[in-house]
Amino acid sequence: MNSETLNTLDTYSKNKYKYGFVTDIDNEKPKKGLNEDIIKFISQKKNEPDWMLDWRLKAFSKWKKMKEPKWANLSFPEIDYQDIYYYSAPKGFEKKPKDLSEVDPKLIETYNKLGIPLEEQKVLAGVAVDVVFDSVSVATTYKGELEKLGIIFCSIGEAIQKHPDLIKKYLGSVIPPGDHSFSALNSAVFTDGSFVYIPEGVKCPMELSTYFRINAENTGQFERTLIIADKGSYVSYLEGCTAPKRDDNQLHAANVELIALEDAEIKYSTVQNWYPGDEDGKGGIYNFVTKRGLCAGKNSKISWTQVETGSAITWKYPSCILKGDNSIGEFYSVAITNNFQQADTGTKMTHIGKNTKSKIISKGISLGRSQNTYRGEVSFLRKAEKARNYTQCDSLLVGNQCGAHTVPYIDSKNNTAVIEHEASTSKINEDQLYYCRQRGLSHEEAVSLIVNGFCKQVLQELPMEFAVEAQKLVSISLEGSVG
Amino acid sequence: MFLEIKDLSVKIENKNILKSLNLNINKGEVHAIMGPNGSGKSTLANVLAGKEDYEILNGRINFKDNDLFDLNIEERAQEGMFLAFQYPVEIPGVNITPFLHSAINSKRKRMNIEEIDNLSFAKLLKSKASDLGINIDMLKRSVNTGFSGGEKKRYEILQMSILNPDLAILDETDSGLDIDALKIVTDGVNKLKTKDNSFLIITHYQKLLDYIKPDYVHVMVNGSIVRSGGSEIAAEIDKDGFQKFQ
Repeated sequence: MNSETLNTLDTYSKNKYKYGFVTDIDNEKPKKGLNEDIIKFISQKKNEPDWMLDWRLKAFSKWKKMKEPKWANLSFPEIDYQDIYYYSAPKGFEKKPKDLSEVDPKLIETYNKLGIPLEEQKVLAGVAVDVVFDSVSVATTYKGELEKLGIIFCSIGEAIQKHPDLIKKYLGSVIPPGDHSFSALNSAVFTDGSFVYIPEGVKCPMELSTYFRINAENTGQFERTLIIADKGSYVSYLEGCTAPKRDDNQLHAANVELIALEDAEIKYSTVQNWYPGDEDGKGGIYNFVTKRGLCAGKNSKISWTQVETGSAITWKYPSCILKGDNSIGEFYSVAITNNFQQADTGTKMTHIGKNTKSKIISKGISLGRSQNTYRGEVSFLRKAEKARNYTQCDSLLVGNQCGAHTVPYIDSKNNTAVIEHEASTSKINEDQLYYCRQRGLSHEEAVSLIVNGFCKQVLQELPMEFAVEAQKLVSISLEGSVG
Repeated sequence: MFLEIKDLSVKIENKNILKSLNLNINKGEVHAIMGPNGSGKSTLANVLAGKEDYEILNGRINFKDNDLFDLNIEERAQEGMFLAFQYPVEIPGVNITPFLHSAINSKRKRMNIEEIDNLSFAKLLKSKASDLGINIDMLKRSVNTGFSGGEKKRYEILQMSILNPDLAILDETDSGLDIDALKIVTDGVNKLKTKDNSFLIITHYQKLLDYIKPDYVHVMVNGSIVRSGGSEIAAEIDKDGFQKFQ
């Protein structure tokens, strides 16, 4: 082991245990419920400066006056915010399985199908691996290489300590805490997430991923991510991992903010595969995510690609504010719902600058008794001369108990705007299935092939190795839905 | 017996299509079935392939010592039955390489043969395509998507030559083909023919049989085979039409 690795391991273990006692709340496991005390507790645990705590408390006071947005095509019981733990780090400390034999065999089977190596399986399943030497050293190597280029890639907590100027300037600048109740909630209680800063003119030489960040394991239910691409820079960021994570937390409310300055480009890819609930619709994650990118400078570009297969409820609209002239926003989405899952997802493209362009490709696949909604809003403000949007949303129904819905809003205040919209809804075609099966493919293989073909336009936007895994994941999420 | 159809009666939506049909095919034989529109030729092809829309009223079919009705669509295909479709369906976004690669491996799996790897398969596909005079660029496109009628039929023959079936059923493969395409298709069939495989060629026109010489010709009218013989029957039909068989 080299000294750098040792250093990292050292800080790693210190980080785990450095938390001292706390005054007003039980230090091991704070009580359920949302109040000023728990926010102070979180801020203290994270060793935050006062201005950060103030920021959180302000967000909390906004949250208290707000109601959840109700316009989505989703139905679920009222969320009891006082019945939730807001801090539980390191997550699952006392109930971690000791080895893989204690993990749900169904989950292991899925890992094997995805071709995930044993060591990674342990990490994903939350097995108590004290230190995974390989991944730590990998992370260290990457970190060193990135530092040479001046790239900052760390947890948001570390950034608050080490880069307060950037945090003060940009945190909440794209998603103000008072935007809606979930953003206020996240701002008040976020515990982890990533921070990325790419300096002027630097093209980040590798895909950045939470996976390579040492403390990815502890990424909590209120994740906060902030990515800033300075002038002329480029970064591609991968969120999450394609392997399914079983998580006991019911409510997830992440916030992701992207800022692209002049001539900068950010590509953000997500594969979301949280626990969707069982075949009868019991359990599963409520995923209320706010993702928004600001194309602040001229000729900047932000591109969102998402593959959403998990969660009982998905409420998610990765959006772009196209402020800089000639800036470009893109949204590529595949959303698959099965059993009793509900997804209401789409995007918002706000054209402010001249010659701004946006492109939306959405593919929704509904199976079982699920409901899948595309919701999009494209707006052109008064100064958005010669702005363009192209929207294509296609829905595929498998079976006859599911639903697909398309809700596109268009609002133009500039008459030079050009808007194209295409939409289609189709059922999986019996003739296609017959054709594939006549060639020797099983019914399930045939469905998976056809669905993958349907999603291809989006999947090909993903970075290579991610795309391969995403394809496998698509096949897995279709399982048990046909026959 | 390689394929034995005995007393087969089939209906769809209260309409009797096949009526007590009998047909035997041995290994290495080429059979042609000719008949007017609506005589039940395509139904026979689909019943053999296992399409689920039909109700079997009576009869049995034996294929390579299997009761065919015990096998589902994909099992029949894996056992070596291939249907070249009259109207091949488009599958957008699905490239032929992974499609056929999965197909050939599912067949190999059933036969307990080692699966073929990506690279060897890609080579095989390229060489078969060039044998059939198929442009390599066509292999980059999605299955049947945006193909002309002739391209689709050639593509069927390419798939057939890759999967190398024991029994190939060609359902009106000649319809909608110009003479050049017809030659490519029939050349493909002739190249593939061995003493171990059999062909069942369904056609409306006699022209196809100028290029593929059948051992037997059957005339099908109103759901039954009314006459069987050699290629002289095809000539008769060419001269007088189906009238006198009805």
